[in-house]
Amino acid sequence: MRGLKVLKSSPSMTLQDQGRLGFLGNGVSRGGAADMRALAEGAALLGQSADLAALEIAGVGGSFEVTGDVRIALTGAPMSAVVDDQPIAWNSSHQLRAGQVLEIGTALKGVYGYLHLGGGIKGKDTLGSIAIHLAAGLGARTREGDLLSAGPDRGTQTGLCLPLDQRFEGGEIRIVESFQSGLFTSETRARFAETVFHRGARANRMGVEICSEGAGFAARDQLNILSEVIVPGDVQMTGDGRPFVLMRESQTTGGYPRIGSVLPCDLNKVAQAGLGSPIRFKWIALTAALEIERRHAKECQTLGAQCAPLRRDPADIPDLLSYQLIGGVISADQDPFS
Amino acid sequence: MKATQRAAFPHIRTVGLSGLIVSFADRLSEPHNRAALAFREAVTRAAIDGIAETSTSLASVFVRFDPDVVSHAKLTEALQTLLAVEDWSDVSLPSGRRLWKVPTVYGTDLAPQLSEAADLAGMSEENAIEALGTSRVRVLTIGFAPGQPYLGPLGAEWNIPRQTELTPKVPQGALVLAVSQFVLFADVSPTGWRHVGQTAFRTYRPEAAEPFALRPGDEMLFFPVTKAELQRRQYNDPEFGGAYMENID
Repeated sequence: MRGLKVLKSSPSMTLQDQGRLGFLGNGVSRGGAADMRALAEGAALLGQSADLAALEIAGVGGSFEVTGDVRIALTGAPMSAVVDDQPIAWNSSHQLRAGQVLEIGTALKGVYGYLHLGGGIKGKDTLGSIAIHLAAGLGARTREGDLLSAGPDRGTQTGLCLPLDQRFEGGEIRIVESFQSGLFTSETRARFAETVFHRGARANRMGVEICSEGAGFAARDQLNILSEVIVPGDVQMTGDGRPFVLMRESQTTGGYPRIGSVLPCDLNKVAQAGLGSPIRFKWIALTAALEIERRHAKECQTLGAQCAPLRRDPADIPDLLSYQLIGGVISADQDPFS
Repeated sequence: MKATQRAAFPHIRTVGLSGLIVSFADRLSEPHNRAALAFREAVTRAAIDGIAETSTSLASVFVRFDPDVVSHAKLTEALQTLLAVEDWSDVSLPSGRRLWKVPTVYGTDLAPQLSEAADLAGMSEENAIEALGTSRVRVLTIGFAPGQPYLGPLGAEWNIPRQTELTPKVPQGALVLAVSQFVLFADVSPTGWRHVGQTAFRTYRPEAAEPFALRPGDEMLFFPVTKAELQRRQYNDPEFGGAYMENID
């Protein structure tokens, strides 16, 4: 089998794709990759469709034995990665040979890393997608012993890389007013954009807690509004006026009021903000937001043009310290200053 | 913002970047829920270019669309035209609806917040069981979780607020109550609603050919049984906990 066998898994590895659309009326949210841009990057590096599934790795990876020659790409939150003890570059594509062992370590920054296979990773199609949706009971986490089997791979090229962008450390998050924004006073909405938040401890594929000092951001009549539709990116205020950004695997309706909705392209940045990362919200007019989103979609479709050959330049090696640059010269017994 | 809130219904507002919501009311009532169910049908029939999917909430219809195919302005106009066709709170419900009768344990350790809810509604536990156990409620909408119904409307005495704090966990089949509605939980979940009853009814079975048991517009009756009786029924019928279904029309 062309693909990988999971030798060691971490608590949160799931197969993800673009998610399933069309089941809102049945209470099934879209789901899919927490960082959609990472899917586009993997597709560009391997020269294939962004609709193919990849392994989403939250926080910490695992080890994988190559069961048959396969191309891979690594995108999203940069993690340490080695093949047979040799470091390999992140945000790059690589050729792996049968018998080799790929080890993916902890995220250096950000949250979600992605392991892509040439031809995509095969999985069970349920309701039109193979994305694991734990909240909807669709599929299960990837575990030790599982096989990640590659689909038919028409590509051959590897050794490409993409520049790492700035979406892994929080920052400015653009937000539009939505149908419940009017439940919040204009003062509250202005204060919301002036507040420096940080990502809280409660964060997963359903929602991300956003924390700040001082007063909360409650709506009027907070506990008695009608349950209404939720779209990914909605910023919900819980009973005590604390914000949560609802992610693609959130529930489909909810009764807590939402102050606005994060632009889909900035939702990747929310997902990738590590614990404690600073977050600031910026209100954007709808027409401007649509234009930003169009530009982002176009950029994702043309990432292929940004792919460059991987050089063995020290700057491209993510874990320089693991190289024995002056092997044999330094030993614990020797005083390096003598 | 008062002006927006008091705007005449129905009205249309934006949802995120690529959605519109048509609201028939800002509180729940039977005619407004009926309007939402009927209007969604009409939007589906109209087959407007660019619409990707629709869903209903308690008194609103959500339309997700591709703004590159149909602009916000154009789609708003099309929906307004459709709204003007008739009085949507005066149309009848779709046909093919079903009535589900579901054995339910009220109170006990299985549903520990019955007494709290009864207090808030100003009645004894016994009267609460009598009232809730004979209330035929409609599937107002499906949401929050796969296949999970919001049910009602219950009488105004049950218009009790959600809790400020979340209950960390209620089991699958939990019947919870707030704001004159039940929710029948599809799976283990945290909730801000009060846990008044427990059933063994599975509204969502991802492994089944037809994963979703309920449709908006169906009706349900949660009749009281003892704990022993529920256990017996669950043993004999692990899927639906001894519930039975009748066609309404």
